Amino acid sequence: MKKIEAIIKPFKLDEVKDALSKAGVQGLTVTEVKGFGRQKGHTELYRGAEYVVEFVPKLKIEIVLDDAKASQIVEAIRTSATSGQIGDGKIFVMPVEEVLRIRTGERGSDAV
Amino acid sequence: MKKTKRLVGVLALVLLGFAVPLRPAPVHADDAVQLPSYFTATNDPAKPAVWPDPTGGASGAWAAPAGDAKGDVPGSLSVSDVYDRVVHNLYSINYVWALVTGFLVMFMQAGFMFVETGLCRAKNAAHTSAMNFMIYPLGCLAFWVYGFALGWGNWWNGPVPPGWYASLGPGLSVLNSGIGIGAATDAAGAATGAFTYGLMGTKGFFLTGAVNDTGVMVLFFFMMVFMDTTATIPTGAMAERWAWKNFCLYGLWVALPYCIYANWLWGGGFLAQGGINWGLGHGAVDFAGSGVVHGMGGIIGLAGAMVIGSRIGKYDSKGHAQALPGHNVPMVVLGTFILAFGWFGFNPGSTLAGTDLRISFVVVNTMLASITGALGSYLALSMKGLKPDPTMMCNGMLAGLVAITAPCAFVNPVGAAIIGAIAGVLVIYSVFFFEARGVDDPCGAISVHGVNGLWGVLSVGIFATGEYGAGWNGVIRDEMVKAYGSDGVRGLLYGDFSQFVMQAIDCAVLAVFAFAMAYVWFKVSDMITPIRVSRETELEGLDGPEMGTIGYPDFQIHPTSQRMAG
Repeated sequence: MKKIEAIIKPFKLDEVKDALSKAGVQGLTVTEVKGFGRQKGHTELYRGAEYVVEFVPKLKIEIVLDDAKASQIVEAIRTSATSGQIGDGKIFVMPVEEVLRIRTGERGSDAV
Repeated sequence: MKKTKRLVGVLALVLLGFAVPLRPAPVHADDAVQLPSYFTATNDPAKPAVWPDPTGGASGAWAAPAGDAKGDVPGSLSVSDVYDRVVHNLYSINYVWALVTGFLVMFMQAGFMFVETGLCRAKNAAHTSAMNFMIYPLGCLAFWVYGFALGWGNWWNGPVPPGWYASLGPGLSVLNSGIGIGAATDAAGAATGAFTYGLMGTKGFFLTGAVNDTGVMVLFFFMMVFMDTTATIPTGAMAERWAWKNFCLYGLWVALPYCIYANWLWGGGFLAQGGINWGLGHGAVDFAGSGVVHGMGGIIGLAGAMVIGSRIGKYDSKGHAQALPGHNVPMVVLGTFILAFGWFGFNPGSTLAGTDLRISFVVVNTMLASITGALGSYLALSMKGLKPDPTMMCNGMLAGLVAITAPCAFVNPVGAAIIGAIAGVLVIYSVFFFEARGVDDPCGAISVHGVNGLWGVLSVGIFATGEYGAGWNGVIRDEMVKAYGSDGVRGLLYGDFSQFVMQAIDCAVLAVFAFAMAYVWFKVSDMITPIRVSRETELEGLDGPEMGTIGYPDFQIHPTSQRMAG
């Protein structure tokens, strides 16, 4: 199994969620996060003075699924989360050793 | 039914007749009517007028028909009986007007709380809002103990035109004791309580029996809520670093400079007497307190911000100003609207008379100056190539309101719009001016209230049309009456340069007096208990260390997630 972690722009969440539902994803976890990339944040104005927002607000989506589906889902996230602008985010894919559903004790693919 | 109609008709006629003596015109002996003693009050401290009962609550019997055992059958009433009832109604209208507008002014405390707290960072929200809360009880206590007596204890010394009557009743004549230069004496050589140059009052401490009068209570309430406006302005300029205990001392002190200066303008003091003593216009004229209330608060805030120093992180190592964004812009906008609403009590209420029909002009002028203030600030931001920062545009609306406060009754709507627009532009440049010079004012209080308070006082001497305020501060000049028909308050654009000179003198006196008093106070109080919180407290936020309560306990706050560009 694989875990997909995607950092996306907050206002893209609805589009990404719709695309994932269509692609058959049954559950995901969303976390509000902050961070910076190569741009090192961005500048804002307040009462005439510029300041840098060093940590830009983003959302992190986490999905765990079967290996076979991973590349299709990664593509679905990429196409739905893109705006073509700087700061669209990143997608990470990593192996998952074990999954366990707490209520039933099911393991592996059944638990996803 | 028919009787009632007839009575209303009689009253209407009588009221029409009254409109003449309400204006300061010469009264001829042959058309004088026998008036109740509490309506014919004159400004003679030696002969104070008396109410029919000790506190004046039952003057006239109109509110309690047949209360004087004469009944209200028109045929049985003499002219003076009808006057008696009319007078009661006039005072009733004025009382209700002054009290209700005073309620609106009291609610401005909420507006200040929203504006100042919204412009602070979340880590200081509980502390900033608590200062805006606690200034009300502290300020009111001081005003009751000593402030009212210093400010209005010799109110009856104020110069008035002939034929004038006190809109809140002759009971105010108990406010007749003070300190001044050039004490007047009566024929027997005894002091009358009047002074050529009034300096402060000395009657009414704790509102004891010496001032046991219904009208005095109205005046006390109205003037108290005004002072609290002043008192809560410096909390904005000194927010996010002011130690709570030092602030509390300040809350008990602020009535001192406020009430002394208010006495000079509104309590029978020497600035109001500038017209009769020095021939300068109508003396210093400040209708609702651009100078007395806002200028005083803003300048105390300036002295405080200079003594307390800038917030940690406000300036980088090169001395460049950095942004420390406030945490809640909608709060600032809400507070601005509450203040703008309260101003409809602040300005028209300052007639202290609902029977003064000029209140409609005052309301319209106040509204126009507030909107041109907001638009002017938008324009100024655009000229500087900046986006329309909502906090700055809110400052602009408040600046327009502050500026129109002194001239609101004396200018026409066009003048009011111009005054507000200038204020809106002025406030933007003023905010940048003070920021560039190292004065850290998180809320723009110095620019909104101090700078535009002075501008408002000056603008009376420029834009006042002369249509209103005939005989103001006891000044009726024959040459003005000959030239214009009456001697109203008149600015330099309308032919009275001396009024502008007097307004400029008033500004200078205010700036020097307020700054000196406040600077010394903050330096001295710093020795009693430190004015500034520790570095650790300031970095953590004042909420926990100072108040023991976090403004937003359910949220994690990241106050250090921004830094200055470059």
